[in-house]
Amino acid sequence: MIYSVVGHYSLILGLCVGLILIFFSIQNFKNSNQLDAKILSFSFLQLFFVLISFLALIISFVISDFSNETVFNNSHTTKPLFYKISGTWGNHEGSLLLWLLVLTLFIFIFLLRTKNQPIKYKILTLGFQQVIIIGFFLFLIQTSNPFNYLFPVPDEGLGLNPILQDPALAIHPPILYLGYVGSSIIFSSALAATTLKMVSTSWAVHIKKWVLISWIFLTLGILLGSIWAYYELGWGGFWFWDPVENVSLMPWLALTTLLHCILVLERKEILTSWVIILSIATFTLSMCGTFLVRSGILNSVHTFANDPERGLFILIFLFALIFLSLYIFFFFHQTSKNNSSNFFWLSKETSILVNNWFMMYFLSVVLIGTVYPIFLDVISSQKISVGPPFYHKLIAPFLIPFLFAMAIGPRLKWIRSDLKDKIYLISLLIISILISFFILKNFNTNILINTILISSAFYLFFITLRDFFNKKYKNFAQNTAHFGFSLLILSILFNNLFSSEIITNLKVGETYDNLKTKIVFESINQKKEKNYKSIIANFNIINSEGIKNKLSPELRIYNQPNITTSEADIKTTLMKDKFIVINLVQNQDYFNVRYQVKPFMLWIWLSVIMISLGGLVSFLQKRI
Amino acid sequence: MKQKLIPYSITLIFFIIFAVFFKSLKDTNIYTPKTKINDDIPIFSADLLFLNENSTTTEIFELDKFYLLNIWASWCIPCRDEHPILMSLSKNNKLTLIGMNYKDNKKNAKSFLDELGNPYEKIIVDNNGTNSIEWGAFGVPETFIIYNNKIIKKYIGPLNQELLTEIQKTIK
Repeated sequence: MIYSVVGHYSLILGLCVGLILIFFSIQNFKNSNQLDAKILSFSFLQLFFVLISFLALIISFVISDFSNETVFNNSHTTKPLFYKISGTWGNHEGSLLLWLLVLTLFIFIFLLRTKNQPIKYKILTLGFQQVIIIGFFLFLIQTSNPFNYLFPVPDEGLGLNPILQDPALAIHPPILYLGYVGSSIIFSSALAATTLKMVSTSWAVHIKKWVLISWIFLTLGILLGSIWAYYELGWGGFWFWDPVENVSLMPWLALTTLLHCILVLERKEILTSWVIILSIATFTLSMCGTFLVRSGILNSVHTFANDPERGLFILIFLFALIFLSLYIFFFFHQTSKNNSSNFFWLSKETSILVNNWFMMYFLSVVLIGTVYPIFLDVISSQKISVGPPFYHKLIAPFLIPFLFAMAIGPRLKWIRSDLKDKIYLISLLIISILISFFILKNFNTNILINTILISSAFYLFFITLRDFFNKKYKNFAQNTAHFGFSLLILSILFNNLFSSEIITNLKVGETYDNLKTKIVFESINQKKEKNYKSIIANFNIINSEGIKNKLSPELRIYNQPNITTSEADIKTTLMKDKFIVINLVQNQDYFNVRYQVKPFMLWIWLSVIMISLGGLVSFLQKRI
Repeated sequence: MKQKLIPYSITLIFFIIFAVFFKSLKDTNIYTPKTKINDDIPIFSADLLFLNENSTTTEIFELDKFYLLNIWASWCIPCRDEHPILMSLSKNNKLTLIGMNYKDNKKNAKSFLDELGNPYEKIIVDNNGTNSIEWGAFGVPETFIIYNNKIIKKYIGPLNQELLTEIQKTIK
């Protein structure tokens, strides 16, 4: 009760500080000899108030204070402490508060860490950031206050959705938000830099760190979400092209492209329009994602309650930001004189530009696949759903030139170059084609496009692998990320091609047997935990080589709310995952058993970690 | 002129996108429960509050009689506001009031009714909210007027004096 009051009022105080900060910014902008000390202290004060508010919500969750509506809706006394805390951001109101916390934290760090940049630029960035922050404050207080009262106080809460009670998902939102919100700093500073006409190499060097840090967090955030989907949803996949996954992928694609443009801008004053538009796009796509998820326009596995009023607020806010940035871009930005016309065709910047266009293509595919159903519904009231085949068919063929450009591009020099080691590059290409041809031939899945796709991925794989041992080759960060990417594509392809699945209904004691695999349903146990009861089925799986594996998938029946989830049992080895999941069949004697062998699952996770590691290396590296 | 064309057309495109999103927000119906007026009432069976017995649609709703189904919960503040109106409606013998106790706890529900009075003839327990969804409810409170096993009126949100007279007219 007292915590709700504290939390609520410190939110309002935070909003007031935001308004004061805008006022100071305008004043300081007019006579900007040095940064007003007040600005820094008020930014800290704002961060402090939001932090207090956030802590108040956490405490309300920990002590199960059901007079708070958010706690009542999302918590329960029997929940383990860990999930009580993670429940704080496992819901709409709390996650927005977390978002606000990161927003204020990042602008404070930005003010603290940005040196050697004009004062006007810092103030203007703060101004734009405060517009976003105030927008979020109003959104939070107006439509989704996490500190609403309930009277009379209920004895017990409604509980956290069991599928959210998972360690990966407990840290997935904060990491993802760090990525999303980091892009807000890029957005504000790009707008500020455009207004002051200072989009230049020195600005690129300065903003690169922010691009990298948001990119790393966004990558890891998406990875954690994917891991959660794999282990918890029990569908045996790691990416479903679900709208909510797509809205996290879109900012990632924009941000990755931005990162590459920044690398060019660091050295040569070109691609400025690209950089500005991508900075704007990354953040607006993140916001657009929030809009699509929270307004209930899209149907998805994500569990946020939806409310048209919230949707309306974000929609208006989002488009206000878009129109503001369009105005700034068109009225302040002038393309530099040495624009793209004097690119030499064989140079690093050309290959980056080529890949940018590919990235934009992938982005458009995902964007269209995600929002087209909405447009169609409005315009012709037809309902369609866009599934994985759409994305696979439109993306896979274009990955081939993309991967080749990724392999060759980094080996080129800036401005003008010609290829060295031609023989070497060609022989690697032939090796890649041969390897992929033999792999596919052995497995009877000889499809032309697969061969080419796998060879292009192998090509990138071999070239980057070789460059690790090439002493002349200095760009370790880039090489790690590209190597990780080739590994990712290879793992995904092999995973898709060589997965096998058995679906059957079994009773206890029965055995399923085909020539390759024998599944013995040995026994069933019951277990009672604090917040759920579980039925554990014990399987013994024997493959053709006589190797035995014991797997025990679970059905959990949570007590609050009363939901049954199935927990897959997964045996992870270096080369493949064995995945088994059971479900109840109406007729209670039988269980529906799904057993899958999924090769290279571990490598999908590892390769994404490697990609972000590349980002981390680049972040820590001093500029040469 | 040509230079201005690009900004204007891009702005226009974004306006169109805005309009589409705005419209789809207005008639978003993915989660909207389907029940419309003049639909048959859903068939269900549920526990009754305080009675320890199970009941079904046909047992509760008889033909040729007016019923008012009110979805409420003890934690719902607007329910508290509309309660006097339900109390006065319960005095009308042409109308039978049925309550549906939404996601509530028995003890709180009881003390709520002890404090404010019980206008309902029977109260259906809806612990997980599924019955309310079947009825097409958006939230609490919500009120349905039923005649001949059909929903003839539906009120979202708390009842007030104006709606009270409307209901009284309907049942006449």
